Amino acid sequence: MDMDFAGALSPANLKYMMHGLGVTLEVAVWSIVLSFLLANLIAVLRYARIPVLSQILFVFVEIVRNLPLLLIIFFMFFAVPDVLKINITPIQAAIAALTIFESAMISEIIRGGLNSIPKGQIEAGRSSGLTYVQTLRYIVLPQALRKMVPPLVSQFISLLKDTSLAIIISLEELLRTTQIVYSQKMSYVFPALIFAALVYFVINYSLSLVAGRLEKRFNV
Amino acid sequence: MKKTWKKALSLFLVSSVAALTLVGCGSSSSDSSSKSGDTGSKTGTVSSATLDAIKQRGKLVAGVKYDTNLFGLKDPASGTVSGFDIDIAHALAKDILGDENKVEFKEVTSKTRIPMLDKGDIDVIIATMTITEDRKKQVNFSDVYFKAGQSLLVKQGSDIKSIDDLKGKKVLAVKGSTSVTNIKQKAPDAQVLEFDTYADAFTALKAGKGDTLTTDNAILMGMSQQDPSFVLTGGLFTDEPYGIASKKGDDEFTKYLNTFLKKINDNGDYATIYKKWFKEDPKK
Amino acid sequence: MIDFTILTDHFQEYMDGFLTTIESSALALLGCLILGTIIAVFRISPIKPLRWFGTAYVEFLRNIPVLITVFLFYAGGPVLHLNLSGFASGTIGLAVYTSAFVAEAIRAGINAVPKGQMEAGRSSGLSYIQTMRYIVLPQAFKIVIPPIGNQCINLIKNSATLGAVAGLDLMYQADIINSETFDVFSTYIFVGIFYLVLTIPLSLLFSYIERRLNRAY
Repeated sequence: MDMDFAGALSPANLKYMMHGLGVTLEVAVWSIVLSFLLANLIAVLRYARIPVLSQILFVFVEIVRNLPLLLIIFFMFFAVPDVLKINITPIQAAIAALTIFESAMISEIIRGGLNSIPKGQIEAGRSSGLTYVQTLRYIVLPQALRKMVPPLVSQFISLLKDTSLAIIISLEELLRTTQIVYSQKMSYVFPALIFAALVYFVINYSLSLVAGRLEKRFNV
Repeated sequence: MKKTWKKALSLFLVSSVAALTLVGCGSSSSDSSSKSGDTGSKTGTVSSATLDAIKQRGKLVAGVKYDTNLFGLKDPASGTVSGFDIDIAHALAKDILGDENKVEFKEVTSKTRIPMLDKGDIDVIIATMTITEDRKKQVNFSDVYFKAGQSLLVKQGSDIKSIDDLKGKKVLAVKGSTSVTNIKQKAPDAQVLEFDTYADAFTALKAGKGDTLTTDNAILMGMSQQDPSFVLTGGLFTDEPYGIASKKGDDEFTKYLNTFLKKINDNGDYATIYKKWFKEDPKK
Repeated sequence: MIDFTILTDHFQEYMDGFLTTIESSALALLGCLILGTIIAVFRISPIKPLRWFGTAYVEFLRNIPVLITVFLFYAGGPVLHLNLSGFASGTIGLAVYTSAFVAEAIRAGINAVPKGQMEAGRSSGLSYIQTMRYIVLPQAFKIVIPPIGNQCINLIKNSATLGAVAGLDLMYQADIINSETFDVFSTYIFVGIFYLVLTIPLSLLFSYIERRLNRAY
């Protein structure tokens, strides 16, 4: 079996794959921001043990994190718009699906962090005149977030990798563009896949290095 | 222990409601980025909703293949899609909007094209789509604009010479295509493996994952052209008339499409496009 | 809204896919536990090249998408003179990918038990094996079980990638069913329920074990 690295990674093919990388990053950044916000909301609501609402959220989180993301992406693109009579593009569907899935995963990380803060701190906050929300906002959450940096970063890395699953709805992200490139010739398959793997690796590994630095700086 | 069981029980009770929860939450986060579609525009009864939408938007949105040589193939270098289906879409855009470039292409696969049309992502499917009775229940079809027939693609020197040689062989095909139904009927002893796209299926054939790939001859010709070590065999064993699909129920638009097809047939545009891709005059 | 006749009409296809998903997940789980243990041993071994290999293996696989490992074994297989079916390459790809995470979990578990404990065990008259068996491993186990449980569930969820290489799993069968029913919503709702039937009891089981372990030691 021959491998044609020069052909597979010709300037034209590279340019096309970098276009795919752009889409991957766009989806990842939006999903990270949105899922982080949604996850905080879910985690705080569950932590506060609001009746009914926290039970509903419990069920939501358990169901979503026990389903394959691939299925959620597919469903988000084909079934949800049909039922809701709305129209969404592949990139919007990918962002929405990743946001839902990752917010369930991330909310568990945040809840774990919140639960690791001794309850006495809340009482201390309350008795020094802060409201419950203020105590959460200024005392509990900042401490919890600091503890959560390492698992959060690994979750964000997972998210970036998982954007590749949007290949199932023909989103032209990095892996889909790689596939289009390697379907030109059999000798392109291995080189193109290895190249894509290295691109993901470089981005994610750098992220984990940055996380390591952050962790040291917070020094918890 | 007891608590765990209670939790388990409640979880199973709600798992049937899971669908609703998922959908509910889906809407809340998806509408942050989505525009609401205008599927049910209520204009006069005579005119076509699809046609109105295209004119209002100022462009035609066509669902085409991105991975099928000769019909719709994306060139990584230029980023453009080209092929027979693509040129038909250009001609349609010119007919509706007076400018052949007022068309946007979206990639569809055999698996995704009907849902995408249903959802209103695309106005028409011009994507090597065979007209069948089953599909007529889902979409409206125009008259036939291309006549294909199912055939087999094999590695040169393969011992498969016809559809009768498929016993115990691995046959590669594409999900949601008519070729799958046909081959299961005509060669029930073959093992059929289905892929999302023609490119995936062809890559699998090249990688030795199957003995033959089956679909319409015109698509197979495109593959054989890309890699001449693969050849067509076994002749044609079905008729696959391609039609342009549009939204179910918009009969006015279907009439429009038929008039359009007749027009390009009469003025010679169709023959020009056909010759450009298949290097011969269209069969009568 | 949900068409239950799809489930009854295509029950055989759903079951075929479901069983294939279970089979692939079980094989991949076994594979990733074995591979992961070997790599974990490499990573704490005193021999430098083994440690380097272990680190490179874990870091590379942890940072690439699971679909790439599956595609590498499938479409890239011929380069290594392997011609694997969709099922085989999917299962191997899953096992290799997950083994990196398993290796990390095991390494973290062993490292978490202070070295002094081994010495203490030995000096109180226990043999090396007895110390491992009664002192070190139970503690390491407690730390290792929750992340391994998570990986097990991730593995089942990731097995849906088999559908992309004609792996005959639940996702693949669903695509086939959908091409006959044209009802995306109902067809895939049942797929979701099939996955939940697998993953939810397992995640309950793992959190139960986790709580038991926390109480026991």
